[in-house]
Amino acid sequence: MTDRTSDTASAIPAPPLAERLKAQAPYWTVPALAVLGLVLIADVSTWGTLTLAGLAMGMLIFIMASGLTLVFGLMDVLNFGHGAFISIGAFVGATVLLALGAWTGSDSLALNLGAVLLAIVAAMLATGGLGWFFERVIVKPVYGAHLKQILVTMGGLIVAEELIHLIWGPNQIPLPRPEVLKGSWVVGDVIVEKYRVLAVVLGAAIFVGLRWALVHTKLGLLIRAGVENGEMVEALGYRVRRLFVLVFVAGSALAGLGGVMWGLYDEIITAQMGLNILVLVFIVVIIGGLGSVEGCFIGALLVGLMANYTGFLAPKVALGSNILLMVVILMWRPRGLLPAGKG
Amino acid sequence: MADLLRLEGVHTHIGQYHILQGVDLVVPEGELTMLLGRNGAGKTTTLRTVMGMWRASAGELGFAGTDLKPLATPDIARLGVGYVPENMGVFAALTVRENMILAARDGAMDEGRLDWIFSLFPALKKFWGLPAGNLSGGQKQMLSIARAMIEPRRLILIDEPSKGLAPAIVDALIEAMRELKRTATTILMVEQNFRMAQALGDGVAVMDDGRVVHAGRMADLAADPDLQARLLGLSLGAHQ
Repeated sequence: MTDRTSDTASAIPAPPLAERLKAQAPYWTVPALAVLGLVLIADVSTWGTLTLAGLAMGMLIFIMASGLTLVFGLMDVLNFGHGAFISIGAFVGATVLLALGAWTGSDSLALNLGAVLLAIVAAMLATGGLGWFFERVIVKPVYGAHLKQILVTMGGLIVAEELIHLIWGPNQIPLPRPEVLKGSWVVGDVIVEKYRVLAVVLGAAIFVGLRWALVHTKLGLLIRAGVENGEMVEALGYRVRRLFVLVFVAGSALAGLGGVMWGLYDEIITAQMGLNILVLVFIVVIIGGLGSVEGCFIGALLVGLMANYTGFLAPKVALGSNILLMVVILMWRPRGLLPAGKG
Repeated sequence: MADLLRLEGVHTHIGQYHILQGVDLVVPEGELTMLLGRNGAGKTTTLRTVMGMWRASAGELGFAGTDLKPLATPDIARLGVGYVPENMGVFAALTVRENMILAARDGAMDEGRLDWIFSLFPALKKFWGLPAGNLSGGQKQMLSIARAMIEPRRLILIDEPSKGLAPAIVDALIEAMRELKRTATTILMVEQNFRMAQALGDGVAVMDDGRVVHAGRMADLAADPDLQARLLGLSLGAHQ
């Protein structure tokens, strides 16, 4: 018996080089797009500025999309209401930031960052709590029914937008960045906007943290296993629905965080911002492969870079460029860059 | 021997289809009961109904004095029921080790049990840190069974472990199952491979058209070619 099993074990051949390259190809798309951008733009300083802007935008989209991809992966739930958490997060965060005018107006980096941090915490608490309510009241009754999910979560999004109008009024709200985060550094010829650096650092930190949690904690293992085969996770004695609520709440809180950061990025917030960003978020989730956090990260960076490069090179094409990107990637990999499970 | 699992008049509907049409089945404690029958007879549905993955629409489902009907799958698993599905249910993106960590729900893996499993399935030790998706079909089956063995279970449901495997691997599985039987674990196994069924079964139940049409001792069925031909017909010849 021992011999037989070890014989079959050693019989697994290493995959050929072409296959290994094919498996790694998704990871090379971001550098490839950056190099392509450099060739087409043909100016290092412009390219550097655009690349940083693209990465910052991509990181922010990733923060908002990461929860959505797991929500879909775990329970096959299509949540169009995710945009509501982005908008509400931005408005709650803005309320805190505007109330802390003395902190944001001061020259102290600590006070500035403290104000942003408090705004983020408030937004995450609000959207996390709202996410819990949304899951229990709106999503739970329509588990397993995609059309109903689309209709009812869309309805939830509309109700949330109207609630924002009711609470914060119908007008858009200007949201100036804290003093220290305004302006840019000039490194060589490249203009490095300070806020974008913060966005990149925060997005990268969240990606690393999420990945670490998914790989090294039992909860993370359960989420990855659940995305692949929820029924089997249940057969091992775990309650996938509870896990799903947790992921839904965490994803909503991350959308709230993204909303605050996006509001500060645009320096203006509207009730419709969530819906507008949701289009990008869905493109990213689809490009990345439903249920995959890594794919979502790569997809978000691609979308961010693409939007900035085309915005410079061919502004008229820019609006449709991300749809084009999605079409190209789906023609290459119909299930997205790094699809997780459900094979 | 006391009955650990008892199904009485169990009906299961999947959508508009009436799959189980009054299943009566008894699984005595400490025995390996074989569930035989042609494709589509309702064997897999029976296991899934016990596991709570499909709801019984009528009948009684008792496990060690507990009524399983109102319970959800995780609660049934927590009663000490292990499940090895037909498609093995291995988490391909997780490593062999991570698959096993999840299977040991009550905390850390027991070293002694792990060594025992490694002695039965050395391939799992060899590929401990590799994604389970890289394993061969036989190794995935071993991992799936090992997941059910890493903790003491009162009942293990195994769905066609020999399906699609080479004869040599089937022999290895039979050996492992014999080891598992020595721990007096109660097992309900669906099988199409009569050689495996004969080698392992204590009791046997044969299903047809959503009902159990014969229940008895495996040895009696094995010794009676006429009964085999009548109960299992062509499917037996095809799989032997």
